[in-house]
Amino acid sequence: MTGLRQIRGDVARGLAARGTARLAAGGRRSLQLLPVLAKILFSLAITVLGLLLITFVIGRVVPIDPVLSIVGERASQAQIEQVREQLGLNRPLMTQFAYYVRDVVQGDFGKSLMTARPVIDDIARFFPATLELATLATLVGVLFGVPGGVLAAVHQGRWPDQSIRILGLFGYSMPVFWLGLMGLLIFYGELGWTGGPGRLDASNELMYEYDVPSVTGAVLIDSALAGAWGIFRDAVSHTVLPSLVLGYFSMAYISRMTRSLMLEQLGQEYIATARVKGAAEWRVVWVHALGNAMVPLITVIVLSYASLLEGSVLTETVFAWPGLGLYITNALFSADMNAVLGGTVVVGLVFISLNLLSDLLYRAVDPRAR
Amino acid sequence: MISLSRLALAGCAAAVLSAGAVRAETPADTLVIADKIDDIVSIDPAESFEFSGNDMLNNVYDTLVELDPSDLGPLVPGLAERWSLSEDGKTYTFEMRPGVTFHSGNPVTAEDAAWSLQRAVKLNKTPSFILTQFGFTPENVEERVRAEGDSLIVTVDKPYAPSFFYSALTAVVASIVDKKLAMEHEQNGDFGYEWLKTNTAGSGAYRLRAWKPNENYVLEANGDYWRGAPAMKRVFVRHVPEPATQRLLLERGDVDIARKLTPVDIEGVRGNPDIAINDELRGRIMYVALNQTVEPLNDPRVIEAIKYLIDYDGMADTFLKGSYVVHQAFLPIGFLGAIDDKPYRLDVAKAKALLQQASVEDLTIRIFVRNDQDRLEMAQSFQNTLAQAGIDAEIRTGTGKEILGEYRSRNHDIYLGAWGPDYSDPHTNADTFAKNPDNSLEAQLTGVLAWRNAYPASEETPITLAAVLERDTGKRKAMYEEVQRIHQRQSPFAPMFQRIEQVASRSNVEGFNAGGSIHSAFYWLVTKN
Repeated sequence: MTGLRQIRGDVARGLAARGTARLAAGGRRSLQLLPVLAKILFSLAITVLGLLLITFVIGRVVPIDPVLSIVGERASQAQIEQVREQLGLNRPLMTQFAYYVRDVVQGDFGKSLMTARPVIDDIARFFPATLELATLATLVGVLFGVPGGVLAAVHQGRWPDQSIRILGLFGYSMPVFWLGLMGLLIFYGELGWTGGPGRLDASNELMYEYDVPSVTGAVLIDSALAGAWGIFRDAVSHTVLPSLVLGYFSMAYISRMTRSLMLEQLGQEYIATARVKGAAEWRVVWVHALGNAMVPLITVIVLSYASLLEGSVLTETVFAWPGLGLYITNALFSADMNAVLGGTVVVGLVFISLNLLSDLLYRAVDPRAR
Repeated sequence: MISLSRLALAGCAAAVLSAGAVRAETPADTLVIADKIDDIVSIDPAESFEFSGNDMLNNVYDTLVELDPSDLGPLVPGLAERWSLSEDGKTYTFEMRPGVTFHSGNPVTAEDAAWSLQRAVKLNKTPSFILTQFGFTPENVEERVRAEGDSLIVTVDKPYAPSFFYSALTAVVASIVDKKLAMEHEQNGDFGYEWLKTNTAGSGAYRLRAWKPNENYVLEANGDYWRGAPAMKRVFVRHVPEPATQRLLLERGDVDIARKLTPVDIEGVRGNPDIAINDELRGRIMYVALNQTVEPLNDPRVIEAIKYLIDYDGMADTFLKGSYVVHQAFLPIGFLGAIDDKPYRLDVAKAKALLQQASVEDLTIRIFVRNDQDRLEMAQSFQNTLAQAGIDAEIRTGTGKEILGEYRSRNHDIYLGAWGPDYSDPHTNADTFAKNPDNSLEAQLTGVLAWRNAYPASEETPITLAAVLERDTGKRKAMYEEVQRIHQRQSPFAPMFQRIEQVASRSNVEGFNAGGSIHSAFYWLVTKN
């Protein structure tokens, strides 16, 4: 009994201490905001610049000549030189980089060699497709992965744990390419339950092209905004398979991480305390333990989301999904450096802002971080 | 939590099931094609030089002289109603077809025609050589290509075989562009180039409604087309990179035509009553070439030995089945003067004897090939058969541009790759395989295959040059036959296969033509029943 009282006392003191800290922080927060923001922006600028420099140098060192992607197989040497000069590729590397950064600062990412359009326009077209898919996949991953991981931890070593682990193992080891094709073959080809490859059926894609104004570039959102519910339903049916396939992989990862984080929490003393206090078991698991496991788990989820936002080349290929991954990969193969750099900046910014987001969430969930 | 996951599961199932109900066939007035279209770089006809871009432009623009899509044989009048040739064989006069308008509503005039050809020469993009080979330069083209009333008068520098010139005029680079519309979008004296890279200004059967690179493009029928409005009101071409995915779409009836199925997929859909397969012989030649700056690949006995170390039939009967046919000359079947001689077959003993005569032992070489399924498989088969004669070959792979860069700089030992004709005259391939005006490194004729392989083609060059000036078609044909036989015998090139495009379509689709060995796809004759 004395031991228990001791623990209670510790908990109470701990809470009180946090309370005072919170009050103090509240007063300082407005003062701190400006320098914090400046610091964030500064580190952002440095990170993006470093990212650009590395990508730029790698892009120029690879043995692919960007000029060849424009002029093609038959061009004469004179035509090649002409294009090289037009692109400014005959200037020293650092001069080229300086020009590039100058343009980017002014918001000009240049034109893509592959598509003959401004890189910004291309990204505005490909990124929403990736965003849609990644968001849905992450939702799937979280909705199934977190409860799955908790279940596995609670029933450690018994059948729920084993089956979830096997499911996860499949997710880890199955090639996404194969899983995607099999999914298409069964649910689209044989059963006809879901939409096929692409974001819409041909007829809806045409209607979309003609009748739906592009607001966000995300088909699900735009068709809903326009009230084109036939197109919306079709878009949903086309999104189901690819987001389930990608979501399966993120589920495998998230459930594993949840399981180990939960096991760690369930072994802590405060869990014992809560149980001794007579808290209901579901409360102990879902509120106390998961609440604490949530802190590192957020980082795990956000990072898995970020990696999906880079685009998933194989999934995009199988599902003929016009996403960022395919765009950047194709750009790399044709040495389309403007497109590669533009894509890299976007991916970089996504990572940085999601990191910020996870920091903020972290603070919200964990009082100690405030 | 169990209730939560159940809820999510139920939600997904509901979405899946409700979505299943909205399944639809392709619209009756729309042709939907699954293809790989990420090769489109620019849709300015003065610049477009890739398969998919030319397929699109062939239906959006007209040329003065055209190919009859129903048999791809003789040339037929296009925007020029009739034409004549002067006594000296150098001045062509084209009478423009009256009453034809561009999609913009502007009339098609001789001035548009003259400006379009001048523009292609002045812009000097890659395909411009198809026109400049007739002696036009940015400086003289205004004088040599000019409009007079309703006539277009063109003066070439030599009395070429007329069919050579007419064939060049069927190429996309010779498309007639709406001058007025293009010039409205001109910036810095670019003849509307920046705008035309992503927009069109033609008079063809279809106008471009939308093009989303790496995603799709939509064509809309031109109701006023001078040949009559096409049956399909729209053509929708979707970029579907994975062949297995194309096959599923076709089987489900979500596309009408799938153009990039593998031989395995074709076998898979054969026998399906809803799907028709049409084999079309295309112009692409797959070949192997030996760099003549590399010892001992420049020894005639080694060259011959290597030609006997390719398993032509083995490949054509196995992994290439149906998609390539053995072909050992540089002119594809379908061209004037093409020959079907097949003097080589896999003969390891003969090759070994030849290598022995040349006292070649322990030869190690590199095969340069881009990482593309078909080509890699060919390279692997070639590597195996070389090994049987004691040649140790290493396969060097890379992206298309990477390998092309090496090839153009003469950095390869052996190159395994493809060549496709640029226009419908035999000179298109003779010009690059069997002509090398200057073999020196300084000449940098990097666009010429003979130069890339440092092959002087001294016996072939004069015949190739004479053949373009031969106005008697019978004699001209004989000259191409002769030059191919010489080339087949002694050049360091081993043509292996000619491409067959296996177009799979829904069985209600009729009239689709991929363009045969000499041209691009025609959409405007397609009907669906």
